[in-house]
Amino acid sequence: MSKRTLELALATPGVDAEGRPARIPLTTPPGAGEEREPDVSGEHLLVNIGPQHPATHGVLRLVVELDGETVVRCIPHLGYLHSGFEKLGEYRHYNQIIPLTDRTDYLSPMANNVGMAMAAETLMGIEITPRCTVLRVIACEMSRIISHMVWLGTTSIDLGAFTPFLWAFQERERIYDLQEMWTGARLTTSLTRVGGLMADIPDRFVEQLRHFTRTFPKTLAEIDRVLTRNAVWVGRTQGVGVLSAAEAINQSLSGPMLRASGVAYDVRKDKPYLDYETYDFEVPVGEHGDVYDRYLVRLEECHQANRILEQALDRLPDGPINVDDPRVILPSKTRAMSDMEAMIFHFKQVMEGVKAPVGEAYVGIENPKGELGNYFVSDGTAKPVRWRIRPPSFINLSALPKMAEGHLLSDLIAINASVDIVMGEVDR
Amino acid sequence: MKRVGATQEVSGQSPNYLLSKFQHLVDWAVNASRANSLWPMPFGTACCAIEFMATAASRYDFARFGMERQAFSPRQADVLICAGRLPFKLAPVIRRIYDQMPQPKWVISMGACASTGGIFDNYAMVQGIDTIVPVDVYVPGCPPRPEGLLYGVLLLHKKIKGESLFDAVRRRDEQPLDDKGLRLPPETIDELSEPFGNSVHQFRSA
Amino acid sequence: MLRATFGAAIGRAEVARDGEPVVFVARDRLLAVMTWLKETPDQQYDYLVDVTAVEFRDRERPLEVVYFLRSLTRRADLRVKVELQPCDELVVDSVWALWHGADWLEREVYDMFGISFRGHPDLRRILMWETYAEGYPLRKSFPLRGRFSRAEQVRQALNANPEAHYSMEELSIAEAGGDLPDDMRERLRRGERGTIPDSE
Repeated sequence: MSKRTLELALATPGVDAEGRPARIPLTTPPGAGEEREPDVSGEHLLVNIGPQHPATHGVLRLVVELDGETVVRCIPHLGYLHSGFEKLGEYRHYNQIIPLTDRTDYLSPMANNVGMAMAAETLMGIEITPRCTVLRVIACEMSRIISHMVWLGTTSIDLGAFTPFLWAFQERERIYDLQEMWTGARLTTSLTRVGGLMADIPDRFVEQLRHFTRTFPKTLAEIDRVLTRNAVWVGRTQGVGVLSAAEAINQSLSGPMLRASGVAYDVRKDKPYLDYETYDFEVPVGEHGDVYDRYLVRLEECHQANRILEQALDRLPDGPINVDDPRVILPSKTRAMSDMEAMIFHFKQVMEGVKAPVGEAYVGIENPKGELGNYFVSDGTAKPVRWRIRPPSFINLSALPKMAEGHLLSDLIAINASVDIVMGEVDR
Repeated sequence: MKRVGATQEVSGQSPNYLLSKFQHLVDWAVNASRANSLWPMPFGTACCAIEFMATAASRYDFARFGMERQAFSPRQADVLICAGRLPFKLAPVIRRIYDQMPQPKWVISMGACASTGGIFDNYAMVQGIDTIVPVDVYVPGCPPRPEGLLYGVLLLHKKIKGESLFDAVRRRDEQPLDDKGLRLPPETIDELSEPFGNSVHQFRSA
Repeated sequence: MLRATFGAAIGRAEVARDGEPVVFVARDRLLAVMTWLKETPDQQYDYLVDVTAVEFRDRERPLEVVYFLRSLTRRADLRVKVELQPCDELVVDSVWALWHGADWLEREVYDMFGISFRGHPDLRRILMWETYAEGYPLRKSFPLRGRFSRAEQVRQALNANPEAHYSMEELSIAEAGGDLPDDMRERLRRGERGTIPDSE
């Protein structure tokens, strides 16, 4: 039990010696007369936070039972952004599902695209080209940076610091420029296709990204200087929302939430994909499992992502980005218009889609939020029988009630921010 | 400021030259002050909310256009910007927030999902928030670029400047829900929500 | 090794296209198998990655409830499936007691497929609202656009009270239920649509 909850246990009448809240009924017992006035000193207050609320990071509704200012119980209600993605996926070809993946975790769309394409390629048994592999690593790490920048910006706003939000969003704009240069869209990138990518990087991309990797650490250092040893920040985040390693594993957490609690599990290191084992990077692991550790882990992950980007740019090989299989990748327009066979392949792919063999495949990647998994079950047709997104934010959020008990209401906001949820993925 | 010429006698407008000039002046002042300091209520749900936040950030700053203070309480907001898709579970919430806003109020529907349901033509999604709240400006895009949202805001400014305090026809009305709990008649809602374009061909191939 | 321990309860075993082993388990021995998988020192599947269900387009095939297990220490994965015949009762034992992460995952499977989990502490709908009357969305018999007309869906959504999603179990009201005024108790029981929630 943290120092904070011990203080509360000693000071607060509604909490017993172990720090567990005493259950007090909501209404006065019958026979207490006609009094409908709530007795403030002895009762718990039920407060509804959200679904429309600036600090809930999307449409999350928290029903909080409060004893004074202390959270006795916190019950999250989800589903306010449920969009039926998995149902829609059953009516779409594999390549038509890729735009849907942009919209689940819209803070790091390229990573979602990559994850889904990898799952479809594993299902179909396709191996991508070396250039495509490196470009996908670049896409994933860029997504990691923008996702953590949103997290940093919004968390600091929740805790009162407004300026890091603007700095973080300025860095995001620079990555958005790169994304727009590559895919044409700032946010809904739809980068990958089954077997490759939608387009190769344009000419100025490499030098602009290199310029970014050179200047990005300066912004991180500025944010670090403002927040990391700031008394207010430290006071509000240390010891808050502690989750032990065993609890984190039992609750199926993943990503920075799991690593901040001391479990050194990163999908890139433990089940490497896209040649991640050949890159030289470290995975930060926390000790205490509180909000401060999660902040440190994510900040360091930005540094490491920067490092990976530099290495990836150095080793970017030439070559085609798409696999050379006309049944999977659309042939080039000139060939499709001149060569009969290419035209037939084009026709079959557009009209019927790419047929996947019977079977199933699950591929998990290290999304900025955690382990994003895509599970496809196919019955031999071009549309999956079942498309399941293993949503890291959904599962990370299920630990919120446990983390929030015994803390103050303002700590609840800090804890909610530290889970780094994106409601599009939580509700799908 | 040029006013659209009325071709019929509308009640509330006086034929007196001085009075109409006075009304014109008052309208100009009121509309200019309303338009130039619209405080948005960001009802951000999904990806459009991120583009909304990007519009609020340093590069595309919409504080330049008067939206300096984002009002997170509907009681203090002028314009409800619905940024993002709206599932049925969230529908009563946005209606309640719209009802809580005091007049004068406007609604900007940002993005394809808020305007028409977007790519989500399924059991869970409201096919356009105009089935629930009256909308003034629709901003298309998935998500709309910040410049697009700014253009939508400027269109709203133009619309506000064309309003009149003295003309009941051109004032915004509350459009409350009827006794069945709907804003529009059911046939209109069904017609607005019909699939169109490619979404009818979903079952085309195997 | 599983077969050695459990014999007939284990159905067929295969390998999925991503290289992971898949094991089919009979429904009634599921909890025993899962406990063995978690607690045996050789197996130690301490991390539950995901719980989901699959319904095939072919009506003859049973529904499958799929559990993705992982052993962090041994770096091994395993997929366990339970087959449920649609004509039977769709009930499976909950693994919440073993992995708390199954809490919301099983609730989602219940919400989307209608498969109940015995022993789950709080089995309610999680993504749709609690008194959602159209059915279980991810079933193949459920049409993409829902069963009701759009106007009816809008009407039902707008008539829902956004604050009425408290369930009897989640609050201390359950304990203090007898103390509540009668009209409040009736209102809570009936939910926002004024009807007793029907089960599909």
